[in-house]
This record gives sequence, structure tokens and C-alpha cells, in this order.
Amino acid sequence: MILFILCFVLFLIGLYGVVTKRNLIKIIISIAIMEYSINLFFILIGYIKGATAPIINDEVQAAVFVDPLPQAMILTAIVIGLATTALLLAIAIRLYRKYGTFDIRKINSLKG
Amino acid sequence: MAKYFVIIILLILLFLIFWNLQKNTAPRNRLDLLSSRYIDQGPREVGSANLVTAVVVAYRGFDTLGEVIVLFLAATGVGFLMQKRQKAYPKSNPASEILRTGSDVLLPVIILTGTYIFLHGHLTPGGGFQGGVVIASGFLLQFLARPESRIKVRKLHFIESISGFFYVLSGLAGLILAGGFLDSRFLPLGKWGELISAGAIPLIYSFIGLKVGSELVGILNNLKGD
Repeated sequence: MILFILCFVLFLIGLYGVVTKRNLIKIIISIAIMEYSINLFFILIGYIKGATAPIINDEVQAAVFVDPLPQAMILTAIVIGLATTALLLAIAIRLYRKYGTFDIRKINSLKG
Repeated sequence: MAKYFVIIILLILLFLIFWNLQKNTAPRNRLDLLSSRYIDQGPREVGSANLVTAVVVAYRGFDTLGEVIVLFLAATGVGFLMQKRQKAYPKSNPASEILRTGSDVLLPVIILTGTYIFLHGHLTPGGGFQGGVVIASGFLLQFLARPESRIKVRKLHFIESISGFFYVLSGLAGLILAGGFLDSRFLPLGKWGELISAGAIPLIYSFIGLKVGSELVGILNNLKGD
């Protein structure tokens, strides 16, 4: 229970960063923090107390295993998250080349 | 005052979403039906010791194909956004002797480790995605040590497209020779727990590893700028 609440707190830290920071790089870091909190949340849903990782070998054949399904989903989601973060950084670099700043208050050509 | 009130209401609503998501599943002491079927039948049906690999490649292979396509689209987007070259690459200090020599020594070892991780994906923790990221990290070290070095982009794109092509082709082979699209049992299952076993899972995971690795190296090369 306390782990789920800590997970929620981590999500809120990321949300706070996205809402309040003005630097694009800091916003991207905050988005990454939110993403990892969601990954952690999914892994925690599949967790079973005292169970081992779902890899069968001769020693642990009789043991209880954790749920392999969330792990398989998050495994791919982490790599996708890496690629989308790279895409966000590429957009930020293009904005920096055009405006010479990462401050979102000064990137205002589309305003009005 | 009203602003803080709205923020607190929104936080409570957000927390209720989280609470409802975890309420039914939080204190688990046994698996649900689907997962226990994966655990019970996975080693016998697919022949993989690592059940996460069995889910990723065999049971939900179609999902994985979709994720690989998303990765490809993101890599293409980065390439599209960074295509305009910088006019003058800022001349930085050359990397130190230790970093350059160390990266030369470590690059083959890192590539070998990545290959090991994706080839043994059905036996030990690891698999195509992790192995590909490890290979890309070796190239990142090389980019940091020698910023002026170039990689052969055409060869990189060739590896990427040929591995993606063979990934889809092995899916079609499963459709024709076995139960359905991306069914990994069109090759013999072999002896359980050996390197060449579990049907086509090592083959498919090698294609995924090569594709993910070359895509991430391409992203890094594009982000490097020049």
C-alpha cells in the first residue's frame, strides 16, 4: 500500500515539474519521471509477496512466480520511452536553433 | 484562494484514479488465470525458460511487432527533425587519452555482451530490447570519446531494414508452418534449457536486438548533430 502511494508521489513530482518549470530540458526530465512512476506502478501490480522472478530453472521450479505479463509490457515500454524522449529532445534542439533559448516564455511565435 | 481549492480538488480526483486502479489488485498472493496459464504452460508450449520472453515473443508477439514499429517511427522522427546540419560544429577539446583508449578497448566487449544478452533471451534475464540498448550504449561511449568520428549510416540502415524484414518474414513463416502469425513453433522446440531450443525465439529475438540496436545508434548519431 505504501509503495503505491510513493509511486503516486513520484508521479506528482513529475507533474509539478511539467507544470511549473520554464526550461524545456527540465520539462522533458519531468515527463521521464512521470513515465517511470507509471512503469513502477505496473510492475507493482504484478508483484506477489515472496515470489521469485519468472525464470524457470531446476532449483526454483516449485516456487511461486511473480506475474510475467506486466514485466513483458513494461520491458518494451521502457525502450519506447527512450525513443520518445529522444524525439522530444530533437524537438527541443530544433527550437533552440530557431530561438536561441530553452525558456518557453520566449518561444512565442505561435502566440495570439 | 479559489485556485488552490481547484488544485486540491484535482489532486484528490487524480489520487482516486490511482486508488481505484490498485484497489482490486493490491494485496495479491496468487496469480490470476491468464498469468498462471502462462507460468504453467509456457515452458511446455513455447519451450522458453524465461517466461517474460515467452510472453513478449510468443504469446504477445503481435504487440511486440507494434512496439518495434513505434520505435522505428520515433527514430525516423528524430532523423527528420535533425536532418538540417549545423553549419559550424563547435570545436571542443579532444577527449583524454584514457577515455579514447578505454572506449576502444570496451567497444568490442560491450557489443559482445549485448549479443550475449539477446541470444540468451529465452534462458536468462534479458532479450532483444535490452541487448540492443547495451549495444547502443557502446556506440554512445565511442561518440563521446571521438566526436569527430563518422559511422557508416548506409550500413546501419541496411542492418535495420534487413532485420525488420526478417522479423516480419519469420512471423509469416509461423503463419504458414505453425499455428498463426508470429508463432515461434515453426522450428523444432529442441531440448529445454539449451541455447538452440525454444523454436524460433532466439532467432526472432536476435532480429529484434539488431533492429533496436541499429535504430538507437541511428538516433544517437542524429542527436550528435553534425
